[in-house]
Amino acid sequence: MSETTVPSIRPEPRGLHAALTEPRPVRIGLTLLAVAFLGLFLLLPLAVVFVEALSKGLSSYLATFAEPDALAAIRLTLLVAVIAVPLNVVFGLCASWAIAKFDFRGRNLLITLIDLPFSVSPVVAGLIYVLIFGAQGLFGPFLQRHGIEIIFAVPGIVLATVFVTFPFVARELIPLMQDQGTTDEEAALTLGASPWRVFRTVTLPNVRWALLYGVLLCNARAMGEFGAVSVVSGRIRGLTNTMPLHVEILYNEYNYVAAFGIASLLALLALVTLAGKSFLEWRHADALAGRGAH
Amino acid sequence: MTAGFAPTALSLRREAPARPVEAASAERLRQAGTSVRVDGIVKRYGGPGPAALEGVSLAIEPGELLALLGPSGSGKTTLLRVIAGLEIPDGGKVFFGSQDTTDLPVQRRGVGFVFQHYALFRHLTVFENIAYGLRSRPRAHRPKEDEIRRRVERLLELVQLPDLAKRYPGQLSGGQRQRVALARALAVEPSVLLLDEPFGALDAQVRKDLRRWLREIHRETGQTTIFVTHDQDEALELADRIAILNKGRIEQVGAPHEVQDHPASRFVMSFVGETARLTAEVAGGEVRVAGRPVIAAEPGWPQGAVDLCLRPWDLTVGQGPGTLPGTVREWRRTGRGTVAEILLDGAEAPVEVKVTDVYEPGDRVALAVGAARVFPRN
Repeated sequence: MSETTVPSIRPEPRGLHAALTEPRPVRIGLTLLAVAFLGLFLLLPLAVVFVEALSKGLSSYLATFAEPDALAAIRLTLLVAVIAVPLNVVFGLCASWAIAKFDFRGRNLLITLIDLPFSVSPVVAGLIYVLIFGAQGLFGPFLQRHGIEIIFAVPGIVLATVFVTFPFVARELIPLMQDQGTTDEEAALTLGASPWRVFRTVTLPNVRWALLYGVLLCNARAMGEFGAVSVVSGRIRGLTNTMPLHVEILYNEYNYVAAFGIASLLALLALVTLAGKSFLEWRHADALAGRGAH
Repeated sequence: MTAGFAPTALSLRREAPARPVEAASAERLRQAGTSVRVDGIVKRYGGPGPAALEGVSLAIEPGELLALLGPSGSGKTTLLRVIAGLEIPDGGKVFFGSQDTTDLPVQRRGVGFVFQHYALFRHLTVFENIAYGLRSRPRAHRPKEDEIRRRVERLLELVQLPDLAKRYPGQLSGGQRQRVALARALAVEPSVLLLDEPFGALDAQVRKDLRRWLREIHRETGQTTIFVTHDQDEALELADRIAILNKGRIEQVGAPHEVQDHPASRFVMSFVGETARLTAEVAGGEVRVAGRPVIAAEPGWPQGAVDLCLRPWDLTVGQGPGTLPGTVREWRRTGRGTVAEILLDGAEAPVEVKVTDVYEPGDRVALAVGAARVFPRN
């Protein structure tokens, strides 16, 4: 299991290998095509972000982050992630635990609902909250009377982010938990453990790496979300602008260095996430969902 | 609790390996076994079709080693899980001793459960796996750390894995894992030990060793033990008594020799050993196959249309009246002599009979019947 076996590529029988291999020119051609595509659509834009951000020198690049509005956007993005990610860890754990370990009426409906945020356009997701909590919305008058601000304020941004990032943790955990079944939990119960102890000492450690993986993806999306947040935020500079929104505003003002400066920060975050994800896949491949036996 | 035992064991080890340790651990682990009784257990899983258990009643003596034997789908695992409290029965009662445990949650039943696929906690060491039950106790009843250590070490001795305490389950072989699983179950000093196909996932040689070893452990601990198996050899070899289940009902309960020599039904007859079956008729004090008398009917045998069941070792090649005709399918040498696979006329499947002569496939032979049983046809 995870402690002993090093993930290795299974050697293929020679005959099969030969039969499945394309002629050399085809192989080279396909590889070049893939590399060119990757370079053009993934690596080049990434490079452009950093080149543009540094086009006026390092000092003006760094000056971007001294700007109060930029600092406010970074702070808000971090705040939203700090609230949204733990919430979705809790929701995701609850949902996947219920789905994987119990059989109940409406289980399939719940699985479908968890995927809803992936299938709905983020703009629609944002609009839903405007229609519910906005001034003309369902609860608008009530909220106004009590002086509670949701839309065009931080709570709205958090809500929209939670909605959009909802599936990440649950989707990572459900297949793994289903795969692991319930015998470990049953064993713990027969040994006299309380349900809470079973969850804490058996269920949770069994999925810890998959959970971390889900948290990474969830966090990356929470910080990078644009569509849903842009609808509910109102883009008040220094108040309700997250980093992605700030990038757009700066860009529209032809302030390329600042725009790409903030964008480079987001890109850096993506790279860190990617590195973390790769590390987890490399180190704990067998403890992640759908990746071999354990 | 264990003061005095460890040093003795260590000092004596050289001259008399392992024995004193085992004796001491046996003394420590032996406890008055609890009797278990299930009464009219009914369990249905959703959907139509027959229930998994249709009113099963069974009493297990204190300290007894009982096998639940049956084909897959017979309800044997369900019955074990009902006794453990992992399944809630739709009807009937479970008693441990005189206590009605039907509504007692699994944590408070005091059972040790061993799963077919071990169910060890993969993120915990062998030591922590075995200590898990002790650490799960309410704070007031939880043993102290050095007491836990002593008990885990003693159990590791008992299951003959004293050096593997720091390993993780993933670093052990299947047989070792199952030993750890048993030690983990024994650590909570259960009143009843329940094993669900404990050797089902192991290869033949390991299975054989572990069987013998489980028998020894049972002798040492004297624990009431129930194990589920679909392997009749395993049940016959290990158990004090065997309960044979079929389609959610108990067909027979008895000692191995009883179910083997006096099967209560055609199902038991064919499940506990190789059987040749012929349609026959009991009339006028004799059993007739295709109108010809074969053997005399014993008093108490049913009259009329019956199934005549024959064990291969009760058949010999012979001649004259009362023999059954058949065709040789195959002839071969084995380590113990020569056998012929013979399909009796009218039988569905061939049987292996010991022979002295050489045969060709297609040869016609006649078999004399030494002993037989009949069951009414249904």
